[in-house]
Amino acid sequence: MNYNSGFIFDIRHFSIHDGPGIRSTIFMKGCPLSCIWCHNPESIGFHPETYVRTNRLNGKIFHITETVGKKMSVEQVMNEIENEIIFYDESKGGVSFSGGEPLSQPNFLKALLKACHQKELHTAIDTSGYASTSVIQNILPYVHLFLFDLKLANDSEHQKYTGVSNQLILKNLEFIYHSGKPIIIRIPLIQHITDTDENLRKIRAILQLYPHIKRVDLLPFHTIAKSKYERFGKNYPLYHADPYDSQKAKDIAAFFSETVETVSIGG
Amino acid sequence: MTERIQKLREQSLQAINTFSAERAILVTDFYKSGEPLKYSIPVQRALCFKYLMTHKSIFINEGELIVGERGPAPKATSTYPEVSLHTLSDLDILDTRPKVSFKVDDATRKLYEEQIIPYWKGKTQRDRIFENLSNEWKQAYEAGVFTEFQEQRAPGHTVAGKKVFQKGMLDFKAEIDAAIKALDFEYDTQTIERREQLKAMDIAADALILFANRYADLLTKLSEEETNAVRKAELVEMSRICRKVPAHAPDTFHEMLQHYWFIHVGVITELNPWDSFNPGRLDQHLYPFYKQELEAGTLNNEWAVELLKSFWVKFNNHPSPPKMGVTAQESNTYTDFSLINLGGVKEDGSDAVNELTYILLDVIEEMRILQPSSMVQISKKNPDRFVKRAVRIVKTGFGQPSFFNTEAIIQQLLSQGKSIINARNGGASGCVETGAFGTEAYILTGYFNLNKVLEITLNNGIDPLTNKQIGVQTLSSEEFKSFEELYNDFEQQLMYFINLKIEGNNIIEKLWGKYMPVPLLSLITEDCIKNGKDYNAGGARYNTSYIQGVGLGSITDNLTAIRKYVFDDKTVSMAYLLQAMKVNFEGYDQLRHDVIYNTPKWGNNDEYADRHAVRVFESFYSSVNGRPTARGGIFRINMLPTTSHVYFGSKIGAMPDGRLAFEPLSEGISPVQGADRKGPTAVIQSAAKIDHIKTGGTLLNQKFSPSFFNSEENIDKIVSLIRSYFKMDGHHIQFNVVDADTLRDAQKHPEKYQDLIVRVAGYSDYFNDLGESLQNEIIRRTAHQA
Repeated sequence: MNYNSGFIFDIRHFSIHDGPGIRSTIFMKGCPLSCIWCHNPESIGFHPETYVRTNRLNGKIFHITETVGKKMSVEQVMNEIENEIIFYDESKGGVSFSGGEPLSQPNFLKALLKACHQKELHTAIDTSGYASTSVIQNILPYVHLFLFDLKLANDSEHQKYTGVSNQLILKNLEFIYHSGKPIIIRIPLIQHITDTDENLRKIRAILQLYPHIKRVDLLPFHTIAKSKYERFGKNYPLYHADPYDSQKAKDIAAFFSETVETVSIGG
Repeated sequence: MTERIQKLREQSLQAINTFSAERAILVTDFYKSGEPLKYSIPVQRALCFKYLMTHKSIFINEGELIVGERGPAPKATSTYPEVSLHTLSDLDILDTRPKVSFKVDDATRKLYEEQIIPYWKGKTQRDRIFENLSNEWKQAYEAGVFTEFQEQRAPGHTVAGKKVFQKGMLDFKAEIDAAIKALDFEYDTQTIERREQLKAMDIAADALILFANRYADLLTKLSEEETNAVRKAELVEMSRICRKVPAHAPDTFHEMLQHYWFIHVGVITELNPWDSFNPGRLDQHLYPFYKQELEAGTLNNEWAVELLKSFWVKFNNHPSPPKMGVTAQESNTYTDFSLINLGGVKEDGSDAVNELTYILLDVIEEMRILQPSSMVQISKKNPDRFVKRAVRIVKTGFGQPSFFNTEAIIQQLLSQGKSIINARNGGASGCVETGAFGTEAYILTGYFNLNKVLEITLNNGIDPLTNKQIGVQTLSSEEFKSFEELYNDFEQQLMYFINLKIEGNNIIEKLWGKYMPVPLLSLITEDCIKNGKDYNAGGARYNTSYIQGVGLGSITDNLTAIRKYVFDDKTVSMAYLLQAMKVNFEGYDQLRHDVIYNTPKWGNNDEYADRHAVRVFESFYSSVNGRPTARGGIFRINMLPTTSHVYFGSKIGAMPDGRLAFEPLSEGISPVQGADRKGPTAVIQSAAKIDHIKTGGTLLNQKFSPSFFNSEENIDKIVSLIRSYFKMDGHHIQFNVVDADTLRDAQKHPEKYQDLIVRVAGYSDYFNDLGESLQNEIIRRTAHQA
């Protein structure tokens, strides 16, 4: 694999939920997890996929085949990023790498992070935490902020709903924490799966081990992703689930607020 | 809000817009008397103004603190038959049309039929103008290539400068007297003309004093009858104030508001200048009075707010005068574009935001009325708190205030040769027009339909809607061998129509200067007194005439589509494209789909498209900028549409970007409706590619969903977005909050809403890509948030 290129499935500017200020988010394709609630089903596979897009015009339907995911060079991605520097500067924003799982393309990610570092840009990694610790160690000098997911505290539940064990994830959290890099914890709220009293209590207990973590973002389940599953012709186990109850999200936020300085709903 | 303000606000909101013949009949009586013929034209106009100020009805609304209106009742709207005469059928249309109607009663109709129409028919300014214009001009005008501002409203777009708030009419009279005494009959060949202009200004100053004294008398009478002690004291004070201003310079906060308001009513009664009149930098002008009185203990914040709100209602009681014909279509609104400026920098270049700026923003938010409009001037020196306060008002969803770049305005004015002090005292008025307040007559002369010129280019000089040859006859467009050949022809047609427009302007401006002087507006505009010259004849310190380009987004997408399909990809022949346009894309669904959904568009920071915007902008700029005007000034461009993009669209058939026949064009420099798919930073990057500093204003609209404003963090991000655009020299940006109705329309016309993005944490998707039930859910949520 060429270190200077990798697979990207989207680049979004004026991204507002993935770290401080106005940011660009680079969505890297491919993820080792397969969370049943995944909002970006097209991000899981590591290679480009084609799908049929539906455009409507004048009551008529037009189908066009589109490819999601493309191979891009560091230079191509940096061109897109550099265009937006004026907005990062003004808002104290920067670049976020999300996915998929950005840590799954370690060399490409590192090359991008180094290029951002050279331009003195703020960088954030939005990660499941599922990667070899040496990968994290390798990129650490070039990262300013981790957005780190905690989904399920119980390992067998974690395996059941995401397809992988959480042991490595918890180890990496500890590793990053001791490196001193700022961390924002993100917890997806999925009815009856991640939002059980037991799971939330356990996650809070984990967080209490890391008193310098100042912020938790709660990401309540929403139904909008189901259009994406339809578009990509994928099966969505949560197709019939209701949107998350906003009062319940507020109650959970209050629960975390007892031990964490800032808790936000929706990131 | 106090009960008084609630009542006044309610009265203003409930008042029905009516067509008032009062001014028209007074003007008719004045001219019929034969008396005016004894005097020079400027003096005639001044005496006419004096006659109006002496005889028009006056009244005081219950509880109001600022007095004086143009019509005989709130929203009773005057007409100007000496400028443009409504016909009986115009009256019927105005009375019955669903939008922007003016009720016409039988008495009014009778006055028009029996006295006003018979006297003025064939003798109006509008008649003079059309008699003097060429057939070629008229053909282009009728085809919708351009509009003409000055055919039924007087040249205007004028904003009060500092001097207006610091001098009384008696001070101006002393200046006029000195100027008359200084006339040099031996060496200056224009002295008679100058003397007549100055005499006229002197009469106008007297007329305004007389008008205020009538109010003072009425207030005294009412105070004597008033039994409520509190109101009685108010009436006594108001009577004192009307006795003092505008004759003398104001000394208190209340006096200043009343002083300005008398001048405002005077200017809009004298004639019907475009964009009424405007107090401009209100927080700056008012602040010294506010501070001084606050320190002296003669004013508290509560009373200041009460006075300001009473002042606000007065603007809303004055709809834009009823228009006719094309002009009614291009500016289809009651708004008369008094745009209050807040913030910016002081004359010494320092941060101008003060406590009163915030109080005024509170007033804007609480009053929530159509008029006056409000804007904030954002300088790099202004604190973020100020910008955030303004963004929080935007969130409430009534479109105000809009955001302007002080540094861009100053650069524009400096590059036009204004002094640094005049530039810092400037701002934007009307929609987005840059001006040196108090010292410049910057007159908008008409909208220019860039896309019509392209349509004519593609049809070899023929307007396909009428089959008339109205442009230059050129090669058949099917023979274009390259994009360059097409663009050369476009530039040739553009220059032809700009020449026609300028030729017309030069005639029209001369006619205004000669037949319709405005002595009141002149005496308050620097240096009309010094020059002994009328505002309409070039008496102001700076004189600029603007031609406003319309439809930059549309023409960019049109040229891009032609370039891509006909010349680069070569998948579509010019003949095929022209045929599709001719039949309004009927049977050409696939082509229309491709040009709409699968072609680079302006507003996505895509150079393939954006280079065409820059090129058209530069062609338009160089065809207009710097040419001399009849008033001794120069022509410049700006890029704004009001509602003319709808009218211009109605004059154009289907176009290469997939827009169907007669549909609206893009507005300002904004992308074609819904064509921006890459979010606001991409729109801003595109918009900043044109050189805003070369213009006298550009207009950019951005849509946001209401939920976006819910978090403080996002408000910070909007502030940064605005600041970034302004760092890039952007002139203006305005935020529209998307409402549920817009989303419902998006369900019906997805092609117009490709830009709608639904944002959820960690996820965003295009509204168009969501299933119907999800769309419905979002609509429900949006309606709920509103």
